[in-house]
Amino acid sequence: MKEDRYPLAEKQPHRLKTPSGLAFDQITLEAVLAGSITMADLRVTPEALELQAEIARAAGRTQLAENLGRAAELARVPEDLILRIYNALRPGRATRAELERLAAQLEKDYQAPRCARLIREAAEAI
Amino acid sequence: MASSKRFQDRAGRAINRDSFIEEWPETGLILFHSPHDPTPQIRVENGRIVELDGAPEAGFDLLDRFIARYAIDCAVAEEAMAMDSAAIARMLTDIHVPRREVVRVCAGLTPAKIMDVASRLNVVEMMMALQKMRARRTPSNQAHVTNRKENPALLAADAAEAVQRGFAELETTVGVSRYAPFNALAILIGSQTGRGTALTQCAVEESLGLRLAFLGLTTYAETLSVYGTEQAFRDGDDSPWSKAFLASAYASRGIKVRFTSGTGSEALMGHAEGHSMIYLETRCLMAVKGAGSQGVQNGSISCIALPESLPGGVRGVLAENLIAAMLDLEVASGNDAMASHSEIRKTAKLMLQFLPGADFIFSGYSSMPREDNLFGGGNFDAGDLDDYNILQRDMQVDGGLRPVREPEILAVRRRAACAVQAVFREFGLPPVSDGEVEAAVIARSSADLPDRDVVADLEAAGEFLNRGRNGLDVIRALARNGFEDIAAKILAIQKLRVAGDHLQTSAMVLPGPRVLSAINDPNDYQGPGTGYRLSPERWREIASVPQAADPRTIGAAAAAAPLLEEAGEARAGLDPREIVIAVGPAFGGTLDATLLGLPHRDVLEALIAGIEEEGLKARVVRICATSDCGFIGHAGAQLSGSGISIGIQSKGTTVIHRRDLEPLDNLELFPQAPNLTLESYRVIGRNAAKYARREPVLPVPVQIDNMARLKYIVKTTILHLRETEQVTPGKPPQEVQIIAADERE
Repeated sequence: MKEDRYPLAEKQPHRLKTPSGLAFDQITLEAVLAGSITMADLRVTPEALELQAEIARAAGRTQLAENLGRAAELARVPEDLILRIYNALRPGRATRAELERLAAQLEKDYQAPRCARLIREAAEAI
Repeated sequence: MASSKRFQDRAGRAINRDSFIEEWPETGLILFHSPHDPTPQIRVENGRIVELDGAPEAGFDLLDRFIARYAIDCAVAEEAMAMDSAAIARMLTDIHVPRREVVRVCAGLTPAKIMDVASRLNVVEMMMALQKMRARRTPSNQAHVTNRKENPALLAADAAEAVQRGFAELETTVGVSRYAPFNALAILIGSQTGRGTALTQCAVEESLGLRLAFLGLTTYAETLSVYGTEQAFRDGDDSPWSKAFLASAYASRGIKVRFTSGTGSEALMGHAEGHSMIYLETRCLMAVKGAGSQGVQNGSISCIALPESLPGGVRGVLAENLIAAMLDLEVASGNDAMASHSEIRKTAKLMLQFLPGADFIFSGYSSMPREDNLFGGGNFDAGDLDDYNILQRDMQVDGGLRPVREPEILAVRRRAACAVQAVFREFGLPPVSDGEVEAAVIARSSADLPDRDVVADLEAAGEFLNRGRNGLDVIRALARNGFEDIAAKILAIQKLRVAGDHLQTSAMVLPGPRVLSAINDPNDYQGPGTGYRLSPERWREIASVPQAADPRTIGAAAAAAPLLEEAGEARAGLDPREIVIAVGPAFGGTLDATLLGLPHRDVLEALIAGIEEEGLKARVVRICATSDCGFIGHAGAQLSGSGISIGIQSKGTTVIHRRDLEPLDNLELFPQAPNLTLESYRVIGRNAAKYARREPVLPVPVQIDNMARLKYIVKTTILHLRETEQVTPGKPPQEVQIIAADERE
């Protein structure tokens, strides 16, 4: 099966935007030098990650697609919270209840059900 | 007991500095099939795995639970597990079974079953299987770029050189972890200088690594380590779930992620629980797959000497690479730590990944000398680059690198070092001096660079990180200082993150940048004529090493004025005191010196002097109808009054011949012209004279040099070709006069 959407940057650049809504081809050196682009613009959007997840799934890579789906959720989550959750998931760092609170926070504040499920499954395995 | 000098000799060889042990299964010191490994088995109920390799769900450890939940495709598990392991092993090497069918079946296997399948293959079959099963069709390579002084100018210069040489990924690390932002910055700049482009990473503690990636100072991450037992995992301060979350975290910022595992780590940490290395590695790889990583670096990595100490260790390491590919993961196949003291063994080990090809053949080729490598040293290093390029050319194999010329390397090294100097100045960091730049351009290692003020550097690096300097700041600093080209390329690399194309399996970045991955370059190997083949352009690039001379120029320099003048057809001599010196058709004519560069005039004079010292006379004739040494000597002997001749080719090969011998027989033959000096030629002249006088003769002593043929065979071939071009069939031997040296002037 031929994947004709990929690479998105070549085949479907019109579907790509920065998180602030700039079009893909508006990311230029001139715009960077003019200060109209910030580091936050050079981030993948949840939409692009969902597209990549679809492409991975179509290629039979279920787990990679799941990961990219979780990433699409985390694309909206601030970095300090991501670091906090990661550290909480490391051995002996957090109780089940603490993990449950983080899962609930992700679900409620960031509409991140897939990440929440991963955290709950991690909590079960403690 | 008497001691053998040959045993003593071998005891001192490099191979005997390596460690070798016998198997000890109870501690995990065995490659395959420990008696404590479980028997392959699975039970699926309602789409849920309730038994795995003999363990009921209630008895699952952390890894079993993770693997059962995420890594096995329940839809094919029962079908796949019912298949005979040998049948699956044969699918791996059967060119009629496409890769995707093998991947489909392997997705339903348990760790014990996968080990059993892999154990059925010998190394050649494993190589065939890796050639078919690696995810991306085009092979590539990764470099390590580090130095002991953590000098940013040298890091940038080395990064630029590595990319110029074709490395598609660069990995740096730190001696002192606080240097991380500077090292990441330096290789980011270097990686975008010159022709190519590369993804870059900085191997540090996970949280710091994530911060560098968020700031756009790195573009991929690799050192997400996983282990095959629960306790080893805990000692690594992670769980499969924390790693899975981390993988998603990186991907959420558009950072490519690859996990790390490898045989021997659990045994080294004391937590193998009696399992074989390949069984545990398979568990690791299934955890990697379950976590959703697109790929893995494995092949024992820094533990390489441990499996290699055991029987079948090198085969086992290839098996782990293959298992990763069977699980549809990108494979960066190790070769990144010293595998042996022995050059023979190191190279032999490399061939197992180099010949079939891997997504990244090295997960860190040491692009600098080994002493500057802050990882495991690299199985190959900067000093081996010419060897590596020649191996590509010899085998007609794409090992991911390209031969380079010194001027292009000096140019990109200078550009990268200057760019780092400018960025440090712009950011107000401790200055990079002109002296450092100059030293970095031509350095062999960091020993050639001045020391930096480490305290000031570390303080500034901390400040740099705290202020959140990022990829865009670097782009602006470069553009403001005349490095718009590098700035534009760094921006293009940052733009990859917006699209996320490089998050797909086995992604690499080509100039452009263009992403090539298992999606748009899937491995379609199904036997001869399929899969990756060198394009004509790529083959020309690999073949054209700078060492390769144009054979048309060898020996083609215009000869000096002729030494010999023909004076009519040679007659048979009657004087029994005469020795004929029969020279080849080009001697003293179109060619004027031997293989070693001895002028034909001097050679001829030495032969004549030797003959005359014994009281005999020399007569020189030219043989025109043959260029073969034996026939030249034989033809000369027919003309010689004494029946003795000396035949000599232009390249210097010489024979003493006698009239009654068969053409290819002789009295003495000196086939290795490189070992002949003018003194040898004089003694040859004397011996010929002694044969004519029928005295007992001690053959001319010649040195034995086994390397002579190796060194001179190309020049020998070409000089002989040039002599053969001068052959005139049917033309009789000619009398010649030696033109006196002063007459030529």
